[in-house]
Amino acid sequence: MQVRFTSAGDTAFNVEFGETIDRATNARVMDLHARLKAAPPPGLVETVPTFRSLLVVYDPVSTGRREMQAAVEAALAGSGTAPAEGRLWRLPVCYDPDLSPDLAELADQLGLSAERVAALHGSVEYFVYMLGFMPGFGYMGDLPAELDRPRRTEPRVRVPAGSVAVAGRLTTVYPWESPGGWHLIGRCPVPLYDGNRPDPVLLAAGDRVRFEAVDRAAFDGIAEAASAGRFDSASLRAA
Amino acid sequence: MTGFLTVVRPGLFATVQDLGRFGFQELGMPVAGALDPVALRLANALVGNPQGTAGLEIALLGPALRVDAPSVRIAAVGPMALTLERDGAAPQPLESHRSHTLLSGDVLRLGAVEGASVACLAVAGGFALAPVMGSLSTYVRAGIGPLGGRPLAEGDRLPLTLDAAPDGPDVELPQPPDYGAGPLRVVPGPQEDRFTATALETFLSATYHVGSQADRMGLRLEGPALEHRGSADIPSDGLVTGSIQVPGNGQPILLLNDHQTAGGYAKIATVISADLARAGRLRPGDSLSFQAVTVEEAEAIRRRQEQAIAGWLRAIRPVRPAGGIDLEALYGENLISGTVDIVNGGSDLPLL
Repeated sequence: MQVRFTSAGDTAFNVEFGETIDRATNARVMDLHARLKAAPPPGLVETVPTFRSLLVVYDPVSTGRREMQAAVEAALAGSGTAPAEGRLWRLPVCYDPDLSPDLAELADQLGLSAERVAALHGSVEYFVYMLGFMPGFGYMGDLPAELDRPRRTEPRVRVPAGSVAVAGRLTTVYPWESPGGWHLIGRCPVPLYDGNRPDPVLLAAGDRVRFEAVDRAAFDGIAEAASAGRFDSASLRAA
Repeated sequence: MTGFLTVVRPGLFATVQDLGRFGFQELGMPVAGALDPVALRLANALVGNPQGTAGLEIALLGPALRVDAPSVRIAAVGPMALTLERDGAAPQPLESHRSHTLLSGDVLRLGAVEGASVACLAVAGGFALAPVMGSLSTYVRAGIGPLGGRPLAEGDRLPLTLDAAPDGPDVELPQPPDYGAGPLRVVPGPQEDRFTATALETFLSATYHVGSQADRMGLRLEGPALEHRGSADIPSDGLVTGSIQVPGNGQPILLLNDHQTAGGYAKIATVISADLARAGRLRPGDSLSFQAVTVEEAEAIRRRQEQAIAGWLRAIRPVRPAGGIDLEALYGENLISGTVDIVNGGSDLPLL
């Protein structure tokens, strides 16, 4: 249960629960995140959960490191309450070749067929460890071990928005067009960020995600409805 | 009927910014906000606004703005020339670090920003724009914020909250803010243990230069390479404005306001909050060095900085008209004489 505090200047510190990316370590991060959110100490600005640590951001004018760390230690010592289970999302993904520029090459590297890679990708429920890189970009795991490959040696300058991608034991959906080094194996027609929604960012850390394969016609239909503002993202929530 | 500032010429990169969009980093939302928060706070104070009111941050070359309102009070802080074009009159230079009351039809031309990366313009009452996630800061990379999250464009109309300039005289800061000089102070970490002892020593003694890749996300620094113990990669963790991350090539990157919320490179140190305005003002080619302080020292420095800023705010006084006695100004001076004394005796409250 060793916890390590590391300084990020005079406005933040990390509470580190370990060095590895795993569910048990991340659960402790999310637990502390939930506790501080429920009862924020004076001067707390926000907390940012990541794989194995929580960044505690505070206002150095109205409080200080000593007080804030003491408040965090008290929250850590409090009786454990399991954080509420995250939402379950069913995200459509189309694995058609023209929407999955790296699928064939990745399948080749793995010694599997493209169909098998797509089937494995859709075979498990993923956990959203954290968001980062861009607004709404979720780091989800754990990808089946058979699909474990390092990132591309040559990152792409432009990854299309909606790209479903894998790297290591993680998968994601790019909310925006951006540079990126993950393997692009499909496309999701639902925007992961939509400024017209009351909550523009779809996923939250702690949520769970299942990918459901759709054909090209279904992909086009959802994409068109979404861009016209006629797609209700709540329909993606599993009952 | 609400008035507007109409963008006659957009300049090169002017964005609406406040002090940042906090509270949504857990969704991957960068904080954004003014690169020079001291300038924004002072500009707001000069027009009577709360210090965190959104204003315009101007980089490189400023816009030209036409007053489509009966009147508006503005103030600029930072190294940028201002010119007023009023119907029938020759263009007239306006001073920064004081407020000006502009009239309907006036065109305010904001010139080149020289000597720092940015300057700030505040308007009395602020802009009547809809906040996005509680903030009017603009994050251009993802198009988040007012005006669709982009820089000003020709023809934009910035709606004003106030119908007209507030009553009362224009005011001034007795002198421009003193940002201090010398090395940027840093707190080592959070991953200083991922670097060799030589790397830490080098980081704290060498001179670095801001490279050409410098924007609101961060500054790529050029100088002696910093060697990691083992890999440069860590499991991605949270970042703050001022984090100095070092990728595998050993060249540090000083992260600024539009930084990603999390990153996977080891971070050797973090610039202290009192020096973030200085960091945000850096431009390509500028040189810089670093000095280590403890968190406790950083907190004490920040407290002194806040005292200094409070002193500057108290020293704001009605503008003295050139060559003449203005009873209103004299009256104002008397009202704030005590605070003028504090500022005059305030040299023991420096930024540094």
